[in-house]
Amino acid sequence: MEILPPKVLRRKKIRNKAEGVINVKAEKKKKTVKVININADKCNGCRACEMICSAFHAAPKYSSNNPARSRIRIIREPLRDIYVPVYAGEHAVAECAGRDKYTIDGKEYEECAFCRASCPSRSDFKEPDSGLPLKCDMCEGEEMPLCVKWCTVDALTYEEREDEAAEEEKPEDIEIGLESLANKYGLQKIMDAVARLSQKG
Amino acid sequence: MRYAETGFNLEIDLSRGSIEREATDPKDTELYLGGLGTNAKILWDRVPPETKPFDPENLLIFGSGLLCGTPATGCNRTIVSTISPQTLFMAFSMMGGFWAPELKYAGYDKVILRGKSPNLVYLWINNDKVEIRDASHLKGKGAGETAELIKKELKEPKAQVVSIGLAGENRVYFASIEQGRSSASRGGLGAVMGDKGVKAIAVRGTKDINIARPEEYMDLCKEVLEYIKFRNDNPIPGVMPILAGLGSPQEMKVHDEKWHTENFMWGNSRTRRKDFWNKEIAEEWMKTLDSMRRRLISCYNCPMTCGATIQPPGLPTYMMKCFTKLTYTMAAMSDLEFGLGIAQSATEYGVDGFSAPQVMAFALELYDAGILTDKDFPGMPADNEGRFYWLLDRIVRREGIGDVLANGTYWAARQIGNGAEKYAHNNIKKHEQLPLKLSMLNPIYFLMYCTGEKINITQIEGQFPQAPFLTREEREAFVKDWFQVPDDKFKQIFLDWEPRGEKSMPFYPNVQMCCDIVDWQERMHYIDDALGMCAGLSSFPLKPPYHIHNYPKFISSGAGIDMDEAKLTQAAKRYRTLVRAINIRRGMRRKDEKPPEDHWKKRFPELEKELMDTYYKFKGWNEQGIPTKEYLLEMGLDFVYEDFVKRGILTDNGDPSSKGTPPEKDKE
Ligand code: SF4
Ligand code: SF4
Ligand code: SF4
Repeated sequence: MEILPPKVLRRKKIRNKAEGVINVKAEKKKKTVKVININADKCNGCRACEMICSAFHAAPKYSSNNPARSRIRIIREPLRDIYVPVYAGEHAVAECAGRDKYTIDGKEYEECAFCRASCPSRSDFKEPDSGLPLKCDMCEGEEMPLCVKWCTVDALTYEEREDEAAEEEKPEDIEIGLESLANKYGLQKIMDAVARLSQKG
Repeated sequence: MRYAETGFNLEIDLSRGSIEREATDPKDTELYLGGLGTNAKILWDRVPPETKPFDPENLLIFGSGLLCGTPATGCNRTIVSTISPQTLFMAFSMMGGFWAPELKYAGYDKVILRGKSPNLVYLWINNDKVEIRDASHLKGKGAGETAELIKKELKEPKAQVVSIGLAGENRVYFASIEQGRSSASRGGLGAVMGDKGVKAIAVRGTKDINIARPEEYMDLCKEVLEYIKFRNDNPIPGVMPILAGLGSPQEMKVHDEKWHTENFMWGNSRTRRKDFWNKEIAEEWMKTLDSMRRRLISCYNCPMTCGATIQPPGLPTYMMKCFTKLTYTMAAMSDLEFGLGIAQSATEYGVDGFSAPQVMAFALELYDAGILTDKDFPGMPADNEGRFYWLLDRIVRREGIGDVLANGTYWAARQIGNGAEKYAHNNIKKHEQLPLKLSMLNPIYFLMYCTGEKINITQIEGQFPQAPFLTREEREAFVKDWFQVPDDKFKQIFLDWEPRGEKSMPFYPNVQMCCDIVDWQERMHYIDDALGMCAGLSSFPLKPPYHIHNYPKFISSGAGIDMDEAKLTQAAKRYRTLVRAINIRRGMRRKDEKPPEDHWKKRFPELEKELMDTYYKFKGWNEQGIPTKEYLLEMGLDFVYEDFVKRGILTDNGDPSSKGTPPEKDKE
């Protein structure tokens, strides 16, 4: 599993007015990618990861623990040999239009089993009392994610990777949208529409 | 605020259908810690000796240990206590798994059941919401099956469930309470649960457990985890594999079948097969285990993977623990494939993996001897394996001869008569023991067998090596980093202990040393059982991560109770005495404290008497095993003393009274 901290995703945009077009240029910059490798085959279902995650995030630190507050969740069904650690990702304001349901190696998983979102459709990855969303922060401030540290059987391992080559900066969503509108209606029509809208204030 | 514990028990009266949440007294935690300690206090206070195991007034207590649910690795034990239908004494059995921490997160330290439900029910504890629910649709279902059905019906896959199978429902005296990869098996706790009409207890909890001094506590936890890693990388040289490392005996991980099959007894604990093992068997059994074992699995918050999921061909997957791996195989004189297969049925029926196979082997021995005959076994198949399956089915249903056998070998033999008694030869206090028969008396084990009130050797042994090491150099190497000893004298005893000659068994360690060793070993088990710690990380293995020196710090910083070694030792002695007091009040005396007659071939009656006399005195008990007035007052157990006087067990001036030893028939 890879978790990219938000910082690395922020990129600078450079505008080149002279050419009259928006030119996006990649900036060469080293970035650290924090990777938690999950080997579900090695998981024994002990939930030490859940326990320590909840203890670390207690205030004050370690003053309490409660796996229901953990940012990692073990899907554990021993009789069907299912052991899958899943990490809490972004909060979803609305639930998805549909559901996914996986069968792997003949084992059927519950709906949305691998989804990382805290989402209105379920209670996973939410504070049990307030319902506020939980999200893995890679244990900010620690040298190593604590779930990894407490998983001494190596179902969870950690590595940091230095990525040299920054990716091609991608145009932003709005640009992609505008481009496709322009293709469909012609650039003039779009500009008229924008002018009309701006008059309306 | 209460730390480590929640400060609340759930009191459930099944006759009236009432549920109460009761605050507990923090003073009791200080005196008896939790788990077994406070369980014993409740049994003493509320279950008088007149109460029989199947009376509604008998309690069935599910107690979590004081530190369960905290970050302490391996602290996950549920201590189940009641009055045993088989021994008629206090039964307490521990189970690992996930249930006790979940109960803590739901906001309770114990669930105390009293009364009897008119119909089969199960309990659903979901944080503050507690319900008694109908379980008529679960009647006759397997223990594991029941757990799965309940989770589905509650739509709560994260619930943790304890349950009984058919054996518990039918009050088989050796019925277990199952919980996924663990069970509370000894003493017939499942029978009492069935008698109360409770099929299962499901728990889900999402509340916090608080720690008094978090940083200190976490440092201790980290140290323990580091030491576990160190011990995993550095097994103890010179001892057999299952004793070299940590954890409950690693029966699922380690191929130790050779050792067990050649050293333990087969059949009804009769035959030793010293040359059993050969290359073919090794290959075949290895293939069997490796093909059926799907995964090694752990209890809550523990990396040790002592259990496994097992999938016998054509049968559902189940979870296996410890030595059940071989008990059926050896009782039936069969092979591993048979053993792992029948253990699936036995686990779903919910029977103790030590007692059940022995009871069946006992029945077949009586058949061979002509004491039981064809008319006792109508329709029993002719092949050995088939007979075991047939007998197991009769026992858990209490059908025909099964109804007699379901009471265990001691009571069955008395019912059958005709000389059957001498076939029930492997019991202590009416309870079936591990199938071991050895040549020469071991004075340390002698004391443990006699005086252990858990009535199970694995629950009192540990810490001190079982046998001397061959050379002085090996011994010196062993004691070098042996910091777990409560006192350096134990190192000296071990250094001087020789396999042969003057300083060897049975006269060395000498009587006083044996007392010290047994007392230390027992104390550590009692501390574990109050804190909820797995014996596999503490009292059972050599050089464990938890010991008498760091436990007080765990209790101080975790539960916020001032603790030091002396105070902890005192607390452990206090509730250990209370366990004894409960049994004394139920008629237990010195005559009950003996190993199976044939456990050792070579006995030393004089030495044995001296051992018992000295140990009793050392423990503060009189020559009948009754705690003395002085000792009870010293422990702050004045109320026990007063009760003993009232019942004529001790006299006003603290002497044992003439009424102190009830005749055998009164007890039965
Ligand atoms: S700590 Fe490791 S082995 Fe235990 S549940 Fe988490 S991922 Fe699995
Ligand atoms: S990395 Fe830290 S925050 Fe994320 S799940 Fe693991 S313990 Fe929790
Ligand atoms: S050592 Fe084994 S039995 Fe003990 S808690 Fe850990 S996994 Fe469970």
